[in-house]
Amino acid sequence: MMNQAKDDPGSSTVTAPLSNRSDQAEVRRALGVKSSSTDGEINREIRSLWSDAWRRFRRHKAAMIGSLTLFFIILACAIGPAIAPSPDKTGLAEHLEYLPPSFDYLFGTDELGRDELSRILNGGRISILIGFLSVIVSISIGTAVGSLAGYFGGWLDNVLMRLTDFALAFPRLFLLILLVSVYGNQFWIIVLVVGGLSWMSTARLVRGSFLSLKEKEFVEAARAVGVRTRRIMLRHILPNALGPLIVTATLGMAGGIISESSLSFLGLGIQPPAASWGKMLQDSQGATSTAPWLAIFPGLMIFLTVLSINFIGDGLRDALDPRGKL
Amino acid sequence: MGRYVTRQVIQAIPLLIGMSFVVFMVLQSVPGGPLALYENKPNLSEADLARLAERYGLNTPVPVRYWNWLSSFVTGDWGFSKSSYRYVVDMVGERLANTALLMGLAFLVSLVIALPIGIIAARKQYSWFDYLTTSFSFVGLSIPIFWSGLLAIIFFGTWLRWLPTTGTHTATLDETFDLWDRVRHVILPTMVLALNSAGQYTRYIRSGMLEVLEQDYIRTARGKGLNERLVFWRHALKNASIPLVTLAAIELPSLFGGAIITEQIFSWPGMGQLFWQAAQRSDYPVLMALIMITAALTIFFNLLADLIYATLDPRIRYK
Repeated sequence: MMNQAKDDPGSSTVTAPLSNRSDQAEVRRALGVKSSSTDGEINREIRSLWSDAWRRFRRHKAAMIGSLTLFFIILACAIGPAIAPSPDKTGLAEHLEYLPPSFDYLFGTDELGRDELSRILNGGRISILIGFLSVIVSISIGTAVGSLAGYFGGWLDNVLMRLTDFALAFPRLFLLILLVSVYGNQFWIIVLVVGGLSWMSTARLVRGSFLSLKEKEFVEAARAVGVRTRRIMLRHILPNALGPLIVTATLGMAGGIISESSLSFLGLGIQPPAASWGKMLQDSQGATSTAPWLAIFPGLMIFLTVLSINFIGDGLRDALDPRGKL
Repeated sequence: MGRYVTRQVIQAIPLLIGMSFVVFMVLQSVPGGPLALYENKPNLSEADLARLAERYGLNTPVPVRYWNWLSSFVTGDWGFSKSSYRYVVDMVGERLANTALLMGLAFLVSLVIALPIGIIAARKQYSWFDYLTTSFSFVGLSIPIFWSGLLAIIFFGTWLRWLPTTGTHTATLDETFDLWDRVRHVILPTMVLALNSAGQYTRYIRSGMLEVLEQDYIRTARGKGLNERLVFWRHALKNASIPLVTLAAIELPSLFGGAIITEQIFSWPGMGQLFWQAAQRSDYPVLMALIMITAALTIFFNLLADLIYATLDPRIRYK
């Protein structure tokens, strides 16, 4: 994210071929190109772009390990709470005390005797879900702002980019804390605030892609045969700008999870009895000497999740955005 | 150059004013208004609340209040903290030094770690050292600071009892200045912050070096027979340091804000901790002042980075 030199906003260039079949056909019909021969050629190109990417991704060992780890974490959080714990281990156990990790309680128990492993699996749902949803928010805003600015240029570009600079100048964590403490800490507010404060780099990236792609011949061709502007933006240009966008989204999810955990850790996140990983870490602070396992496991889960996502993002960058730096 | 600086400074003014307006409006939109803090106190009657509103000028329209805040803020009157019964200027002044110390040290330490590692990793690309340090940088990048902080406290504070984990100095030494005591207190928060950013710096330095090594002027330098060591350590390193300046400019001010968590964990009395406390108590003058200072610092560091670029790279000209 730091690789965008500030005097060179959105420096990414995309060199993927046209990827929307129906519109290709549209263009070809209008140009009177015989479809049978070209069709096969273009289809092969489409296949090779993504299968090429897949081949590059598979060669990236760290990314493969990351994908596997993330898959298991998500799987465990999704089905774990339903099958893992016996009821007395989730609710209040008969003993209201800290128990160190044992065969009965793999990750130990908290001060109410609740099974830490079950709480972690439940908390993971919240942490990962907020990370995921906030990325959807930030990517949507960023793509909308960036594509409008890049495609139309002129005063709209000026206004939107000043807005982006403006949003970037705010101290992010300060504003995050401020907004959540002012508007409350419900699930959706946290999603919107975390996502709404991190769309700026996406906007710059997408603007950069649109700026260079809108000059390409295939856009000119689409325009010449009368494809409507909205369709050109969404079906012709956007698919070609997808590579770097996917990379940003992946890394953004790691950022979202960290942001949510930071908020929870400061006591501003999801409220009890629900718990996210950050909230569990906050609770553990009072007992670092008596029950250190409570500080170790939730943090380890955040760390592993974020590390896996970062590895995947790195692999995706190698695969989809070969010219991207870092 | 002088004109460039002047223009940047002039452009910064509307930006800062705009930001202060947005934050001011956000604070005004708190349910219950600025007096929400007092609403549920049983010993305050309706009449008391009305009197408080009158006294704090809350009966005037919001734009007028904003104007009053702005005009006193620029003259150095940053207001009075209702929760600490102190002048905001004094409170911020005390905290600024503590935060600057922590940030400066963390920044230096992370450079000391990252510079040699990043350079050597680029020198020996795809060696075992390169792979090892790349993994290390991913760890630094991904480790949440509140977790590494907690682990540091558990390990070095509770188990080994090597280092103190709270505050800037031992409470009994309040009146005296014991350098050794202060050094011991600053070590853990510095290391935790530095580990986090060193990972990022390492990647940045490595990729910057690799990119520079592919440039034509490096080939020219090699082509005219300079030995590899000179090419690498003089020609390449100097050019690779340019992107590092960008990173530093982006990172330093964000460190000011990002230290909230570190300061919270280690009870470090800095600006981040002050911000968090003020947010808890709806202490608006403090919140406004801290956001404005951080934003101004961000702009200042960006400008400084521009100027350092121009010094390092003679091709860059500002008009």
